Amino acid sequence: MSGEAGQQAPKASRPRATTSSWRASWRRYRREHRWLRWAIPLAIIVLAFSYPWWGLEGPLSFIFNDGLGIDNDTLFNMSVYVMLALGLNVVVGYAGLLDLGYVAFFALGAYTLGWFGSGLFSTRDIHFLDTNATRLPGIHLSFWAVVILAGAVCAFAGVLIGWPTLRLRGDYLAIVTLGFGEIIPDVFRNGDSIAGHNLTGGVRGVTQLDRPGFGDTLHNATGGILPVRYNSLELRPWFWTILVMMLITIFVNLRLRDSKLGRAWIAVREDEIAASAMGVPLMRTKLWAYAIGAIFGGFAGAVYGSFINGIFPTGFSFQISVIVLVMVIVGGMGNIWGVIAGAMLVSWLNFRGLDKIGEWINGGIPGSGNDIAIAKYKFGIFGGLLVIMMLFRPEGLIPSSRRKAEFAEGEGTATLYDVRT
Amino acid sequence: MGAVLAAGIGYWLIKNAVESPDRFLEVTLIGITNGSIYALVALGYTLVYGIIELINFAHGDNFMLGSFQTNGIVNAGSFQIPFFPTSFVLAIPLGAAATANSSSGQKIYTILACLFFSMLFCMVINVSIERIGYKPLRDQPRLVPLITALGFSFILQDVGLIWRGAGPQPLPNILPTGTIFHWRGATYSWDDFIVIAVTIPLLVALTYLVRRTRSGKAMRATAQDMDASSMMGINVDRTISFTFALGGALAGAAGAIYALYIGTTKFDLGFRLGLFAFTAAVLGGIGNLSGAVLGGIVLGLIQAYTEGFWDARWTTTVVFSVLIAILVFRPSGILGEQVPEGQ
Repeated sequence: MSGEAGQQAPKASRPRATTSSWRASWRRYRREHRWLRWAIPLAIIVLAFSYPWWGLEGPLSFIFNDGLGIDNDTLFNMSVYVMLALGLNVVVGYAGLLDLGYVAFFALGAYTLGWFGSGLFSTRDIHFLDTNATRLPGIHLSFWAVVILAGAVCAFAGVLIGWPTLRLRGDYLAIVTLGFGEIIPDVFRNGDSIAGHNLTGGVRGVTQLDRPGFGDTLHNATGGILPVRYNSLELRPWFWTILVMMLITIFVNLRLRDSKLGRAWIAVREDEIAASAMGVPLMRTKLWAYAIGAIFGGFAGAVYGSFINGIFPTGFSFQISVIVLVMVIVGGMGNIWGVIAGAMLVSWLNFRGLDKIGEWINGGIPGSGNDIAIAKYKFGIFGGLLVIMMLFRPEGLIPSSRRKAEFAEGEGTATLYDVRT
Repeated sequence: MGAVLAAGIGYWLIKNAVESPDRFLEVTLIGITNGSIYALVALGYTLVYGIIELINFAHGDNFMLGSFQTNGIVNAGSFQIPFFPTSFVLAIPLGAAATANSSSGQKIYTILACLFFSMLFCMVINVSIERIGYKPLRDQPRLVPLITALGFSFILQDVGLIWRGAGPQPLPNILPTGTIFHWRGATYSWDDFIVIAVTIPLLVALTYLVRRTRSGKAMRATAQDMDASSMMGINVDRTISFTFALGGALAGAAGAIYALYIGTTKFDLGFRLGLFAFTAAVLGGIGNLSGAVLGGIVLGLIQAYTEGFWDARWTTTVVFSVLIAILVFRPSGILGEQVPEGQ
C-alpha cells in the first residue's frame, strides 16, 4: 500500500510542476523584457478604446450584440459592474468586511444625480455649468461635478453607516449592511411625501436626467471632438466615458493595494488583533475601506442613472448586491485582475450571456424544443455559482496568492471575520 | 437616548390605545397572530445559529417552499416533489383537495395533511442543504458558509419560481371563519385562533425535545462546545442534522400556517419574511429559544402597530432599523444570546 502511494505521489504532482515551470519561464521572460510591463496594458487599453471601430459589427459582435445593433449597451453595463465589483473588492477583498448591502451606495449615487441633475425640484432654479440645450427648471449642476458629488455623498454615507456598525463581528456586520441595503431603497420608494415634500419621486422614480457633456466652449475649442452633450442614440461617447472611469477605478485600486492603507487593510483582514497591536488603527482603517468602496458605488450609480435616463427604487434590489458579490467571489477576492475577470464574466452572463446561451441551445440543439427560457434560471445559476465556488474554490478563479494562502491555512482564518470588541 | 426613545414610543402607543381602544385591541391581536408565524421561522434561525453560528439565509426560502407545498395540497390534493432544474413535478395523490365549501372532516384532514407534509418537505430540504453545503465547510471562515447559504437561498427561490411561476399563488380559505368574540369594533375569529392553536403545541413539543430528551441534551452540548461533545461520544454530525431537521420542520409548519391563514403565497416571499424572522431571533437574543418566540411576537406587534397607526409603506424601514439598533446597542438581544463558547 505504502509503495503504491509512493508511486502515485510524483504522478499527481507532475501537472502542477509543468504549470509552475511555464509560469516561471513567463515570469522570467517578463523580467527580461521590461517594456512588457507597460506594453501589455497599453495594448489592452488601445484595443478597448478602439472597440467601437473593430468590434461593433465585427468578430465579437456575436457575443455582445443584443440584436438591436448596439452592443455598446452590453459593454457599458459590464463596465458599470466592473466598477461596482472593484469598489466592493476594497471592502470585501482587501479589508475582509462582508457587505451585503452594497446596492445602497449604487442607489445613493444614482439619486444624487436625481437631486442635482434633473427637474425633480422643479420649484428651484439653480444652474452650474450644465450642458442642457435650454434653461430647464430644477437643480442642474455640471454632470462631472455631480459624479464627484455622488462619490462624496456615498463616502459620507459609508462613514455614517460604518461608524456605529463596524465594531460588530463579521456575520452581524453582514446583516447590518443588508439591513441598510434594504432601508435605503425603501426610503427612496417612500420619499415622495416626507413631511409633504417630494424628495425622491417615489415609485415613479426620477426621469429626464441630465446627460454628461462638455459644453459649447470645449466642443469648439477641440474642433468638435468632445461632444456638447451625449445623446441616447450615439453610444460611443458613453462607452469611452465609462471606460475612462473604469481605468481610473482600476488605477486607484492598484495604487491603494500597494499603499500604506492597503497594507493596513490586509493586516486587519488577516488578523485584527495582531494588526491592532502593531499600531494599525482598526476603526479608521475599516472606515476608509467602507468610504472608498462607497465612492466607487456612487460614481457607478450616477453614470448608470444618467445612461438609462431613469432612476427607480425597484432597480436597486438585494439581487444586485448579491450579483456584485458573486463577481468578486467568482473572480477572486482581493485580486484586481480576478475581480475584473469575474465581473466581466458574470455581468455578461447577467445582461446578455444567459439569453445568448439560451438562443444557442434553442437554435443549435434540435431536441431542445426551442423553448428554454434561460432567464428563469438566473437566480439558480448565480446561487449555484456561489455554492460551487464556496465548496470547491473559495479563493476564486484567479485568486491573489496571499488570499489563497489564507484559505489554505484554515486554522488562522477561523477567526478572520470574528472579532468581538 | 434609548430611554427617551422608549418613552416616546410608549406615549405614542398609549395615546393610540386611549383614542381608539377597539382598534388598538384588534391591531394587537393581528400582531400576536403574525408574530407567532415569525416566531416559528425565527426558531429555525436561532436553532441553527445556536449550534453552528451560521445565519442560514436559505431558511426563509425553505419556508416559502413549505407554503407552496401547502398550496399544492389544498388546490390539487397531492403531495408534490418538484425536480430542479426541470419543471417536472412528481405528484403523490392524497385526496386532500379542499375548498371553502368542503365538509368539516375533509377540511380537518386537509389541514393536518398540509402541516404534516409541509413539515416533512422542509425538513428534507433543510437536512439536504446542510449535508451538501454546510457540512464540508464547517472548519472554514464564517464568511464561507454564510455565502453558501446565500447561494442556497437563491437556488431555493429558483426552485419556487420554476415550480409555480412568478405570480402570486392563491388558495381557498379552508380555516373556520366564525367569530370567537366581539368587542366594539374589534373581532377575533377562529382562523386567528387556529394560528396560535397550532403554534403553541409546536413550541411545547420543541421545548420538550430540547430540554428533556437525549437528542436535546446532545444538541445543547454541541451548541456549547462541539469538540468537547464529540470527545464525550456525541455524534456531532447527526446532532447538527437533527437541529436542521427541527428547524426545517418548524419552517414547514410556519409555511403551512402562513399559506392557510393569508391565503396567498409567492416565490419571493421567503427573503423578506425570512429577514424579518431573523430580526425577531436577534431581537430576542440569538440562540435563545424562548427569546426567538418573544422576539417573534414583539416583531409582529411592531409591524402591526406600524401598519395600523402609521403607514404600511414604512414597515420594512422600521423593522430593519430595529434590527440595526439592536445589533449596535444590544447585540445580545432582550433575553441574552446563547452561542458556542470559546470564540
